[in-house]
Amino acid sequence: MLDTLTANSAKLAADTLKQVAAGQGEKDNWIMHHVLDADKLDFKPFFEIQLPHFSLFGIDISITKHVVFMWLASLLLIILMIKVSKSYKKSLIPKGVTNFFEVFIIFVRDEIAKPTIGTGYQQFVPYLLTAFFFILFCNFLGLVPFSATATSNISVTATLAISSFLVTQISGMRKNGIFGYFKGLVPHGVPIALVPVMAVVEFIGLFTKPFALAIRLFANMTAGHIIIFALISLIFVMKTVYVAPVSIALALFIYLLEILVALLQAYIFTMLSSLFIGMAVHQDH
Amino acid sequence: MNLAWLAAGIGAGITIVGGALGIGKLAASAMEASGRQPEAASAIRVSMIIAAALIEGISLFALVICFLLSGK
Repeated sequence: MLDTLTANSAKLAADTLKQVAAGQGEKDNWIMHHVLDADKLDFKPFFEIQLPHFSLFGIDISITKHVVFMWLASLLLIILMIKVSKSYKKSLIPKGVTNFFEVFIIFVRDEIAKPTIGTGYQQFVPYLLTAFFFILFCNFLGLVPFSATATSNISVTATLAISSFLVTQISGMRKNGIFGYFKGLVPHGVPIALVPVMAVVEFIGLFTKPFALAIRLFANMTAGHIIIFALISLIFVMKTVYVAPVSIALALFIYLLEILVALLQAYIFTMLSSLFIGMAVHQDH
Repeated sequence: MNLAWLAAGIGAGITIVGGALGIGKLAASAMEASGRQPEAASAIRVSMIIAAALIEGISLFALVICFLLSGK
């Protein structure tokens, strides 16, 4: 039995080496195939939908899998939020789906914006709510079978982080004045010799914050999906059906964890954005 | 065999050790603090989550590098 096992693994290794040598390793990597962006909607055992290609002035703006699910999230948000806002025009007492959304809206306002921004938090609540619900909807749409997670695309998370960056900088400059804002980057009471070093560090810190926001959301959403696929592929790596119960149970556990992560990442993105806005607007503390 | 895969595996392992140490220390202190002062528990929880997210962000930077290495 050991002989056949060794022979099998030797054959597998030889096959893999041959594929890598032929440059096919990348193409046959089915985990990456599911996680990365693609130009077709994949309902694999049943059918596939090929999406159209567009290009404008030589720039590829074709509609991809992630774009479709981003639009779906936006569409759902528009429909639901119009319903919610209409319900408040009728009466201030929430009813039905409005009840559910009121919990989240109050949470973002009272637990995220109010303690971290302080006075004048009202003008930032709309942006924070938009970011929170968009990320939440994209994350949860990614957990539906056959769908794709738009937030596991680095371009999407980078765009979200850049909007946070712009809101932070512009509101900071409007509150403190452009000169006062850059002067306020260096905290009070720092020894004179340290001021040049601190200025450079704080200026670089302005750009690492949104970079960290983008990478955090992207890596969290991608990593969960890769772990689920890796656990399922244990069945095919070990080539026995007896691994299936274990790997399905573990994949299910990670899937449930993903529900928590989807909520937590939307919360953390909003929380950190609001914290950075608060730091830019009220520089004195 | 590709040495980049070895580097990616070892790197991912070391990253997890560092991240786990950081978050473990943080959670231990937060538990202790909210045990000593239960009325401040919610404020402590919020700042714990923020700090945990920052630690996680740093370890995810390293994991992304390992991930890129594994594709070499």
